[in-house]
Amino acid sequence: MSAISRDDVAHLAMLARIDLSDAELDKMAGELAIILESVARVNEAATDDVPPTSHPLPLANVTRPDVVRPSLTADEALSGAPASEQQRFSVPRILDED
Amino acid sequence: MTSDITRASAAELADRLYRKEISAVEATQAHLDRIAAVDGSVHAFLHVDAEGALATARDIDRRRAAGEDLHILAGVPIAVKDIATTKGLPTTAGSRILEGWIPPYDATIVAKLKDAGMPILGKTNMDEFAMGSSTEHSAYGPSHNPWDLERIPGGSGGGSSAAVASYQAPLAIGTDTGGSIRQPAAVTGTVGCKPTYGGVSRYGLIALASSLDQAGPVSRTVLDAALLHSVIGGYDPMDSTSIDAPVPPVVEAARRADVKGMRIGVVKELGGEGYQQGVRARFEESVQLLVDAGAEVVEVSCPSFEYALATYYLILPAEASSNLARFDAMRYGLRVLPEGVDDPSAEQVMAASRDAGFGDEVKRRIILGTYALSSGYYDAYYGSAQKVRTLIQRDFSAAFEKADVLVSPTTPTTAFKIGEKIHDPLAMYLNDIATIPANLAGIPGMSLPSGLADEDGLPVGIQILAPATKDERLYGVGAALEAALVARWGGPLLAKAPELLTTANGREARS
Repeated sequence: MSAISRDDVAHLAMLARIDLSDAELDKMAGELAIILESVARVNEAATDDVPPTSHPLPLANVTRPDVVRPSLTADEALSGAPASEQQRFSVPRILDED
Repeated sequence: MTSDITRASAAELADRLYRKEISAVEATQAHLDRIAAVDGSVHAFLHVDAEGALATARDIDRRRAAGEDLHILAGVPIAVKDIATTKGLPTTAGSRILEGWIPPYDATIVAKLKDAGMPILGKTNMDEFAMGSSTEHSAYGPSHNPWDLERIPGGSGGGSSAAVASYQAPLAIGTDTGGSIRQPAAVTGTVGCKPTYGGVSRYGLIALASSLDQAGPVSRTVLDAALLHSVIGGYDPMDSTSIDAPVPPVVEAARRADVKGMRIGVVKELGGEGYQQGVRARFEESVQLLVDAGAEVVEVSCPSFEYALATYYLILPAEASSNLARFDAMRYGLRVLPEGVDDPSAEQVMAASRDAGFGDEVKRRIILGTYALSSGYYDAYYGSAQKVRTLIQRDFSAAFEKADVLVSPTTPTTAFKIGEKIHDPLAMYLNDIATIPANLAGIPGMSLPSGLADEDGLPVGIQILAPATKDERLYGVGAALEAALVARWGGPLLAKAPELLTTANGREARS
């Protein structure tokens, strides 16, 4: 595993959709390098013969009967929307249109 | 009379309400008055709902007068951590990105509190999205430890622990992903319990790390925690990880308070070096008291715990980075337009909003999680962490072959000063070193006060851990130890806390 660079952090921030400022990128690259060095210790203990655990207790898929039950009204669902129009969430453009 | 009400335990209040010695309105108003008097200096609450709490109280008084059969905690007020959605009441999870958000629905646990007739006093402060051990990562400023206002009340649930420790509420809701109920309890001299994973519904709790998160009770006594545990616990079809079984008999165990013949395992790896002298001394004393009460002590070793912190700080950011993707500025929450961009795209708005709405620690963990999950690094980081999680579970299984419960100090130190660790993420993470293994394994854990450290006079907590679904053991052992300690102290530990200055407008009392 290699150390994390400022460019790596910028790429990760893009993937995570966080528009970090230059100052934030500088600071975070240093902090993440220290944290990663510390957490990389898990490799010492994780040998090939150990199965991974994703969940504390065994999980089973859960389904429910396909019947109508009370749910939010359109007004309730839209009550926290930054913008709405015609009972729908109003969002910025999704495609480039030049 | 008012101070008398706020100093009573929830069980005592419930009893006095049942006997009609006080009304639910009186009980609720007394706590609202206390909030007005001291919360300016403690800052436990992000939002106080006096009107809603009093309306519930009036309804309970009316129903009680009509002879209705009410829940045992009906009329006993409660504070709710701001991570649980409350219909009609602001819910922010301590983040700017949710400032002013009013959820259109109740979390299951909130619905259960309402069904029980418990007036909800308000929403308590927390580290943003529960990421932290001090409340210093709250976007709305830190809460203060009632034992020393310069110090942290723990985190992430520091608002709930501070509210209960300063008699602003007899009970509160907490959530615990790596210690956020138990660590705040330890540093404020209060009681907190993280139930077995799946024991309490997560529906309506703003998710941090879905395989670790668990809600639980915050209180001043073990019995009170049990009473609240039994209100919020139980199967919920709205949570696919909810355990379909009755709530463990926690109240009965707390009332029985019996450790005779129980095997108490002291975890070798959780204690000793790195633990403050006073923390170790109080822990050893408590273990001796358990022996005196008829328990047998054995030492157990959990060698993989050494890797628990590293494992946690891979699994948690990985899950958090995925969970927090929902804050996309489209359906609810903050929307910020990027500067100097004409007709910005949805992605640009999303990135600008998330930069403006998330605090430093949240950004740090999202980026870390994104890295741990990214192609090429997944096996080395997230994959390895999942393997260590297996090893930690095996350590617990082996330990519980030898012992009925395990014990350790809850935290390595007493409450530190606000500002002391805020610029050192790794130092902050170390606060949870003893509490994290339980979350990784899904087992229940409790912290209760074990005394004051000699060197600084601040509260110390002892942690009790039990096998999954055996939550009642925490309460049996906890109540037995509490009884022995209270007898030794001549009263509850919180009676030794300094009196807070009170004013008509508490905000002026901050020194």
